[in-house]
Amino acid sequence: MGSLTEFLLFLIVLSDFAVLGTSRLSSCIRAVALQGLLLGLLPLVIDESLTPHAVGLAAGTVAVKAIVLPSFLRWAIREAAVRREVEPLVGYTASLALGVGALAVAFAVANVLPVRSSEAELLIPAALVTVMIGLIVLVTRAKALLQVVGYLMLENGIYLFGLTQARRVPFLVEAGVLLDVFVGVFIMGIVVFHINREFDSISADRLTELRE
Amino acid sequence: MTASLSATVQSLLSALGALGVLFVFAPLVPGVARKTRAILTGRRGPPVWQLYADLWKLARKGAVYSVTTTWIFRLTPLVTLAATLLASAVIPLDGKRALLSFSGDAVAFAGFLALARYFMVLGAMDTGSSFEGMGASRDVTFASLVEPGLFVAFVALSVASGGLSLSNMLGADLWLRWSVVAPTIVLLAGSVFLLMLAECARVPVDDPTTHLELTMIHEVMVLDSSGPDLALLLYSQALKLSLFAAILIDLVLPRSSLPAWGAMALLGAGLTAVGVAVGIVESTMARLRLPKVPLFIASGAALGLFGLILLMR
Repeated sequence: MGSLTEFLLFLIVLSDFAVLGTSRLSSCIRAVALQGLLLGLLPLVIDESLTPHAVGLAAGTVAVKAIVLPSFLRWAIREAAVRREVEPLVGYTASLALGVGALAVAFAVANVLPVRSSEAELLIPAALVTVMIGLIVLVTRAKALLQVVGYLMLENGIYLFGLTQARRVPFLVEAGVLLDVFVGVFIMGIVVFHINREFDSISADRLTELRE
Repeated sequence: MTASLSATVQSLLSALGALGVLFVFAPLVPGVARKTRAILTGRRGPPVWQLYADLWKLARKGAVYSVTTTWIFRLTPLVTLAATLLASAVIPLDGKRALLSFSGDAVAFAGFLALARYFMVLGAMDTGSSFEGMGASRDVTFASLVEPGLFVAFVALSVASGGLSLSNMLGADLWLRWSVVAPTIVLLAGSVFLLMLAECARVPVDDPTTHLELTMIHEVMVLDSSGPDLALLLYSQALKLSLFAAILIDLVLPRSSLPAWGAMALLGAGLTAVGVAVGIVESTMARLRLPKVPLFIASGAALGLFGLILLMR
């Protein structure tokens, strides 16, 4: 099933670029939800054997990353009444260029990295590029909500990297990581909601002044 | 000796036949796009062969020239058509070999398109109309972004097929290595489709049916042309769209092992399919605001770059 794995990884990288190139928050959330779904399916495709461990991991990932967190983020943008990222610190065309640069770096680094994935050649570069693009989104977007999306992508990349060791990591650890992400995003969403109520905006640059 | 000679003649005939198919069916592609758009938006729309009727009508009319125009304006339609015809000679339309092929002809292809555009712009500026000057400036701005994207696609194809001529890049050599380069080809097809929409002035970059000069890009540049001149310009535009469609067909439909008639039939079917795809995009997407267009073109180029990086690993 090597080619199907490659195809899923391919779509994951494309969804990275979709987040990088769109200004509409709901589109970004949809892209991240799609990425979560693909991530959930990936271990099943790589392992091929439907062990309870693999199925549990997949179901948990899909539930948290493709259903719960995106709908929560959607709730947050509805509450805060924001639709678009208006003033990113780095423009969309420039971020796309950065993304392509990150892709090149990921492939170059993956070649010299001592970690070898037996399952799919594309797995390590895809993991690296997802981490880097998540970081780019996290750093260059002004809306707090997109920073949450960037954080999610960062975590997705780490998860992808973890898949190279999927058979060795115990189920509890994976579940714990999922729970951590869930709680983290939940807290961030609540914080975003409060920032919005306090400042009438969720731009993070408003947070530079201290008030009593 | 005679065997190789007859093979050469056969490949020449096949290339000429495919070129004929392209020349005859080119005006059909915008027609199919317009019909698709009409059906999807619940209208009946003009017949798909409307452009043939328009061209025939225009060809019989006289041309009106403004007194401010010079010989450049009269030369423009001829040069535009000639350059577009030359550009179609270097694309392997039958999926095997182009009529003209030499190493580096991809650059010549881009050069012919640029020459056509250069004269379009000169002709538009020659009328002294500020609207046409504005349209020309927009057209050139976007073209200068499309061209690097096109070259990225050509470089990726050259790496994928190991050849330097478009006949190698899009012909049999590419398909010999299909199992290795398949993801790249899929990405490049997406990239070429986006670049085609931008280069041929279709939605979401430009709207061919717009009625306000201020918002036009390509349409405004031919505003002062009339009669046979306008017919030549409209035909060149349709031909350019079909050329990009032919590149797409070469990318996704392997035709190098087919007999000549099969390749031609697939070319015709592919042109119609691309027309339908353009029509679907036009009826489901709104036109982008001008500042958004560079991002659209850059995403096309980024897809191509992604494909190139996949090959380099």
